[in-house]
Amino acid sequence: MKFNFIFSQTDKRPMYQQIMEQIVQRIAVGDWPPNTALPSIRQLATEVKVSIITIKRAYLELEREGVIVTQQGKGSWVSDTMNMQQLQQEELALHLEQIGKLAKSMSISEDKLFEMLRKYI
Amino acid sequence: MDMTMAVQCEGVAKQHPHFLLQDVNLSFEQGTVMGLVGPNGAGKSTILRIIMGLQKPDSGSVKVLGHSMPNDQVAAKRKIGFIAEDMRLYESETIEFHMGFIKSIFDTWDQEYATKLLGRFDLNKDQKVKGLSHGQRVKATLMLALARRPQLLVFDEPTTGLDPAVRKEVLDEMMNSLQDETRSILFSSHNTLDIEQISDYITFIYDGRIIESRDKETFLDSWRRLRLTNIDNKPIPDLPNIRQIQQSGRLCAVTVNDYDDTTIDQFTNAGLKVDAIEHLTLEEIFLNNVLHAKALKNNGTTP
Repeated sequence: MKFNFIFSQTDKRPMYQQIMEQIVQRIAVGDWPPNTALPSIRQLATEVKVSIITIKRAYLELEREGVIVTQQGKGSWVSDTMNMQQLQQEELALHLEQIGKLAKSMSISEDKLFEMLRKYI
Repeated sequence: MDMTMAVQCEGVAKQHPHFLLQDVNLSFEQGTVMGLVGPNGAGKSTILRIIMGLQKPDSGSVKVLGHSMPNDQVAAKRKIGFIAEDMRLYESETIEFHMGFIKSIFDTWDQEYATKLLGRFDLNKDQKVKGLSHGQRVKATLMLALARRPQLLVFDEPTTGLDPAVRKEVLDEMMNSLQDETRSILFSSHNTLDIEQISDYITFIYDGRIIESRDKETFLDSWRRLRLTNIDNKPIPDLPNIRQIQQSGRLCAVTVNDYDDTTIDQFTNAGLKVDAIEHLTLEEIFLNNVLHAKALKNNGTTP
């Protein structure tokens, strides 16, 4: 299989972050839908000619971000709950924006607002 | 004996008339790539020659694929492909002659793979060695080594003197050989880009000693350059992990090793504003390490 990851030599970010971005883009545009099996770490490393440890790091960070799911000895998949999480976060952000605007219009101080919010967390 | 380790060096030392190699502790497991980086004359080739059993260390122990070197080198060498610059091919013989020669010695020779590599490297097996360019020679020796399907490939300066296209071909084929997860590579280079691209582990050598030997991600991640604004001309905190300070008026760039989240706080608490935190390339780390090691050697102080 050819993955054709394109890296930029003028990109100053660490290589593992560039690999993460390439994977996230493939997921975002729908080329790798939820539950798609990712190539094994060794397979991707030898295909894109980047060290195994760097691919491992990229997979680890993607798993931490909930983008992929890894099962020891079985491999990694595109998470099927990721979109849900993202949607929920976006929704929460909208609520927070509303709260901020409302508090400002009512001249409620930051400290007071945080205190009010603390009741619910 | 631990068969999962590709190479294990412990406390290796070797005295040459004008050069001392000492305290060499270096190990990596099978299936991984170790890159040796260091300036010319740092001891990279000496370490490789000791690992290959070509030189006997004065003290310390060396194990390669579980075999003690140099005592058990005959068994070990069946599983190792070694490529060094001073390795000679027969000038008046063809590439095909060398293929037959290696095949007659090593029963692991894979003719199909050899043919495939000839094609990928654009090599003509009927061509005599004396007519080959430097790049073609490097590719031919790599083909001869890889087609033996060695468990460990030891490569001294694989990309020195190669043009970008051949350099890529060589690195690509080194990576391809890792598809089998028991195969390992140990190589030296002063081209930091090569090391940064394909190594899992990096060992930094300077003046016969190992300065750092760790996995590449940790290695690169432990270094940062902080861009600071020092409005009130406060003294810069005297942290043990500061490796370089470059000041210009109120602007200041501080290079640190062993970076973690608390590093920033220490500068902020000292009244300096952190404008940016930058990663370093292996090349920048290399230069910094050389500068630091030189200063330590010359006057026992940091620059």
